[in-house]
Amino acid sequence: MKQNGHKSQLTIALAGNPNAGKTTLFNSLTGLKQKVANYPGVTVERKQGAWKLENGKANLIDLPGLYSLDATSMDEQIARDVITGEQAGVPKPDAIIAVVDATNLERNLYLVTQIFEFGIPVVIALTMIDAFEKQKHEIDLDKLSELLKTPVVAINAKTGRGKTQLLKSVGEVLDKPPTVPFEMNGNAEDGQNAKIFARYNFISEVVQEAVKHNDRKEHRVSEKIDRVLTHKVFGLVILVAVLLLVFQTIFSWASLPMDLLDKGFGALGDLVRTEMPPGILVDLLVDGVIAGVGGVLVFLPQILLLFLFISILEDTGYLARAAFLLDKLMSRVGLHGKAFLPLMSSFACAIPGIMATRTIESRRDRFATIMIAPLMSCSARLPVYTLMIAAFFAGRKVFGFISLGAVLMLAMYALGIIVAVIVAFVLKRTILKAPPPPFVMELPPYRLPNIRTVVQNMFTRGWLFVKRAGTVILAISIILWVLTYFPRTAVQTTEAPAANGEVSVETRQPDISPESEQLRNSFAGKLGHVIEPVIRPLGFDWKIGVALIASFAAREVLVSTLSIIYNVGKDQDAQSETLISAIREAKSDDGAVTWTPLTAVTLMVFFVLAMQCMSTMAIVRRETNSWAWTFFMIGYMTGLAWIAAFITFQGGRLLGFA
Amino acid sequence: MFSDHLVSKGSTLTNVPVGSSARVVAVNGNSRISRRLMEMGVVPGVSVEMVKTAPFGDPIEIRVRGYSLAMRKNEADSIDVSF
Repeated sequence: MKQNGHKSQLTIALAGNPNAGKTTLFNSLTGLKQKVANYPGVTVERKQGAWKLENGKANLIDLPGLYSLDATSMDEQIARDVITGEQAGVPKPDAIIAVVDATNLERNLYLVTQIFEFGIPVVIALTMIDAFEKQKHEIDLDKLSELLKTPVVAINAKTGRGKTQLLKSVGEVLDKPPTVPFEMNGNAEDGQNAKIFARYNFISEVVQEAVKHNDRKEHRVSEKIDRVLTHKVFGLVILVAVLLLVFQTIFSWASLPMDLLDKGFGALGDLVRTEMPPGILVDLLVDGVIAGVGGVLVFLPQILLLFLFISILEDTGYLARAAFLLDKLMSRVGLHGKAFLPLMSSFACAIPGIMATRTIESRRDRFATIMIAPLMSCSARLPVYTLMIAAFFAGRKVFGFISLGAVLMLAMYALGIIVAVIVAFVLKRTILKAPPPPFVMELPPYRLPNIRTVVQNMFTRGWLFVKRAGTVILAISIILWVLTYFPRTAVQTTEAPAANGEVSVETRQPDISPESEQLRNSFAGKLGHVIEPVIRPLGFDWKIGVALIASFAAREVLVSTLSIIYNVGKDQDAQSETLISAIREAKSDDGAVTWTPLTAVTLMVFFVLAMQCMSTMAIVRRETNSWAWTFFMIGYMTGLAWIAAFITFQGGRLLGFA
Repeated sequence: MFSDHLVSKGSTLTNVPVGSSARVVAVNGNSRISRRLMEMGVVPGVSVEMVKTAPFGDPIEIRVRGYSLAMRKNEADSIDVSF
């Protein structure tokens, strides 16, 4: 016998349906000692924690929430592999705690009947029992345990009820492989469906004997709430109101910590610069590492808040209702109702949006949603829109009273949405073509969210983002810094004279700052020249090209890069008068004015569609587990951006807007 | 073994009026759909209640085994019922 109760490290898996209270129980058993990672090669979350037993410690594995172990989805496949011991890096569990929601006993027991078949000792943890009893239903735990031939423990993570009993029961079942409490009478011909039928027949008998229902109609508080929240008219109105409230809150709550972070990184940079001797190292630290990573981490408050609201909406059960309300609309473009929230979140930031697509079961639906999420105008685009509007359209009205700036802003958001719809439509009919997956979704009862679960979830997700900022984003920041820092203007004489000579001549204007001069002569400046033929048809000169290259890292970098190029100092923001007049007066190398209102609109259109965000790329790589999809996204978005900008600029010229 | 002679021809879950209940007679459709539905407890013999349809007419919400389940009409059509 390989298993024995005195082994120092036991492995115990926690399995259960979604919404059964599994995460809450896991948190209450392990406390803060948990590790969250992904199973290798997939985006199924792998949660582990230490659970203190009477004699030793157990490694508690939280399996993904699932309805069945038939291995039709990635979650089910992973859970099955863990239970059978085939998942690399996870020892075969010594016991399984099956989390069962007492208020939804029959369907929850289905998974348990499947688990029995794997021959691992099982203890049933019955959750929501207090809610169940409050509705005056009676459940005979001893009877249930006898019929299932398995210990059943009623637990309440909040009050701690049943925790000790659970510990004892797990200790008792170790070494005692369970007996499957019923016989499979299906034959090979009937296959899977006959097995399912047999399991449910057994469950119906068990429930009939062990549970006394008071009145099935009574426990329908959720249904009363639903009469309003999924009402044909009010339901939609409330949905819009909820989303407006969420976004309003995110923007107003996040602005203060974002400002503080921004100032904090600025101060940190200044401190490092004063404390260290000048030179390459300090420049790398301040302009590359601190500015680059800081520029991305500034978005952390927004991302945390979004995750907070997503968790709350998910935990209360409202998210499933939103998917229910909007599935018809979403399915017209071939998407799942659940794609709605990720896309909505992407208006604040594509990163939490893309991470939220994990709730979509079908891989193709999920990938289609990921591919279009960055087309939603995120908050990093706002400084770009604001700068362009402030520079060229401030104070102008249409029809005498509507601000032209507002109209343009709205048009940019609309453009992103329209293109996203078209792209989703095309993707779902070409490379992501598949018969529509069955849309069968539980509408869980409304519940108050568990604050601890919500907060823990928020920080786990936030931490994943910070880790990215520390690795991939750090690397890209340094590369971009190198591109703008080298070659040094001071040692320009060592450059090949023929090819680059003209650059240094034309940029020798009298009152130019060293910073601006450096950028012009850097690799990024040269790259700007290299890409100029490509962006010329869009009305952009090489200087805008440099800004485009720099904003590959993050869109809002455009503003600071333009400030450097136009020599007005680094710390300008989108509302700055000096930057605005510098842009208005900027001249291209041929002496013509660089920027016209048409150029500004073209640039905005380009920014709506182009993939210019290294954090998003890093997250897409992680969530799709594929470089091919990541590059496909960069390629198609940037391609579309060029085409749309080309049409805008050339079309605008034909129409006489110069 | 999943069909039943009580089936009145053409009655699927989609035809059940809102607020009414029916008994599932058979779960058809391709194996992905029928298996998922049955795993969720929609097996022959079980009683289901039509709760509502979504604002745009699809999907629908039913109550089965004491919980709420949403599905598209496409899926509901593969469930034969008798009243």
